[in-house]
Amino acid sequence: MLATMRLTLPIAAAASIIAASPAPAADVMVSGWARAGIGNAAAYVTVHNHGRSADRLLSVSTPAAAMASVHDSLLVRGVATMRPAGPLVIAPGQSLAMAPGGKHIMLMGLKGPLRPGTRLPLTLRFAGAGTVTVTVPVLPPGAIGPAEAHRGH
Amino acid sequence: MATEGVRRLRWLLWALVAIGAVVLAVLLLRPPASQQPAPGMPGFTLGGPFTLTGTDGKPFSSTQLAGKPYAIFFGFTHCPDVCPTTLGRLAKLRQQLGKGDDAFRIVFVTVDPARDTPKVLGDYLQLFGTPIIGLTGSEAEVAQVAKNHGIYSAKVKDPSAPGGYTMDHSAQVLLFGADGKFVGTIAGDEGEAPALAKLKRLTS
Repeated sequence: MLATMRLTLPIAAAASIIAASPAPAADVMVSGWARAGIGNAAAYVTVHNHGRSADRLLSVSTPAAAMASVHDSLLVRGVATMRPAGPLVIAPGQSLAMAPGGKHIMLMGLKGPLRPGTRLPLTLRFAGAGTVTVTVPVLPPGAIGPAEAHRGH
Repeated sequence: MATEGVRRLRWLLWALVAIGAVVLAVLLLRPPASQQPAPGMPGFTLGGPFTLTGTDGKPFSSTQLAGKPYAIFFGFTHCPDVCPTTLGRLAKLRQQLGKGDDAFRIVFVTVDPARDTPKVLGDYLQLFGTPIIGLTGSEAEVAQVAKNHGIYSAKVKDPSAPGGYTMDHSAQVLLFGADGKFVGTIAGDEGEAPALAKLKRLTS
């Protein structure tokens, strides 16, 4: 009970900050990609908030899947775990970047196999910016990202 | 005539005898302590012979892996992020190695056999467009093979996941030589360069 309250408080606080922010809707820019899959798959988006107030990603949906939700992968002492992501608040001027091994949109109950080379429509609902629909490319299941070739480590 | 004190002492002694018997039974019945040296110590090894089920539904024996090095990873097909990332990474590293798909085998063992039937597993692995050996089995068989490979896995409730649960599982890839001997691991968060170096050594 105590733990639940402790968890809900920051969420409520974050929500109230957004609720209190002035009316002009924050502008967001969404780009991303999806990974091929059969029954389920993942999509990764980057949301940049170039508005003046914080915004929050409330939900994601796609006609291609029965359900979509943001999950977070964590590596805890060598064990891979996955949990629903907490509140996704994006401060003004900041980005929410999803990537393999971290935050991702889990697509469940795909209505048909998601094949590489096709495109996936995603609708993101924000507290401030409202509904944003993007169409992202579907990459092979082992893809790490669309800009793989440019990545230098 | 036993006094109250003596009677109590007698009870106490019998209780001690009973506890002693239980402790002795546990010690005797417990399988002998593992001969396995601790990780990092000489003689430490993982793996061992096993028989599971291939994506064709037929038994797959570890003897079928003999003669070629292999990289084995434990995961599940309802894992949309970490598992395809790891398999994709192994496939990419194998390509970078430039010795062909035969250089080493990639083996994927499900930790979720209830959902990962041979067919589900086969369809899933086919998406990767590179040869990957998929293995499943009964819950008990898979659990034993995972244990022998030092892999932890546990079912975790998640109402927002397909089927209402997800699996926590060790993320490391285990490497075995052509002789079937355990060589080392690639950690879930290991960099590309050390991972590639390990695979070069494995296939040299």
